[in-house]
Amino acid sequence: MQVPLSWYLIVAAALFCIGLYGVLSRRNAIAILMGVELMLNAVNVNLLAFWRYGEVARGTLAGQVFAIIVITVAAAEAAVGLALVIAVYRARRTVDVEEVELMKL
Amino acid sequence: MTLSVSHVIFVVLSATALVGALGVVLSRNLFRAALFLVLSFVGVAGLYILLEVEILAMIQLLIYVGAIAILIIFVIMVSRQLMSPQYRAWNQQRPGGAVVAVVLFAVLAFVLLSVTWPTAEAAVPQDAIARLGRALVAPDQFVLPFEVASVLLLVALVGAVVIAREK
Repeated sequence: MQVPLSWYLIVAAALFCIGLYGVLSRRNAIAILMGVELMLNAVNVNLLAFWRYGEVARGTLAGQVFAIIVITVAAAEAAVGLALVIAVYRARRTVDVEEVELMKL
Repeated sequence: MTLSVSHVIFVVLSATALVGALGVVLSRNLFRAALFLVLSFVGVAGLYILLEVEILAMIQLLIYVGAIAILIIFVIMVSRQLMSPQYRAWNQQRPGGAVVAVVLFAVLAFVLLSVTWPTAEAAVPQDAIARLGRALVAPDQFVLPFEVASVLLLVALVGAVVIAREK
């Protein structure tokens, strides 16, 4: 017997909310990036679960392609985000987002 | 409802992913959080295998565990003094963030469980990976997102080097 679709969706929702909590509550820019990665993973679980339980019967592959594009964007985001972290660390000797307030009104 | 082997595997894999995710957001030590992130990625890769998308599981292991997690650990090591124990890891939004996350999860769980999802039972075709490869370069399917993704990666590569370069 197969696992119901809603189980996957619940796990993905939990993963997304944990990542959201990390993004909202951390002060460290690297930890915030890790929270974003968790949220992107949750989205991918959703995409592939919907692909497996709906789209595979139609024989198309949009869910898998969408997941691959999301992973690509996540990789680009991590590279640029961590480069920004290094640049900020070099300039300010901190990666604490509360101390990087140059553009704050 | 009878429990089968796939249910047990699903629970174990999701527990791995969720424990890893909780470790990421709750551990004070950033290095340990990054290792928990690897655990969470591996659990999600297991879920992909259970969903019979083995190619995505391999991509997950290669890109997330092999590249992104290592990159994060690398940056943590470069900016070392953040690992000091007296560093405050959380901001003052912490209780509010927890409330937002729990409420959002409650709403999502309510919606997900109250909807009967239309599912179609079908076996994954044997040549799914070959078909994915062809679909990614077929002009009538996904060649445009595929090429845009390659341009995006190039831009990200150049941008990361320019931003992180020593002046």
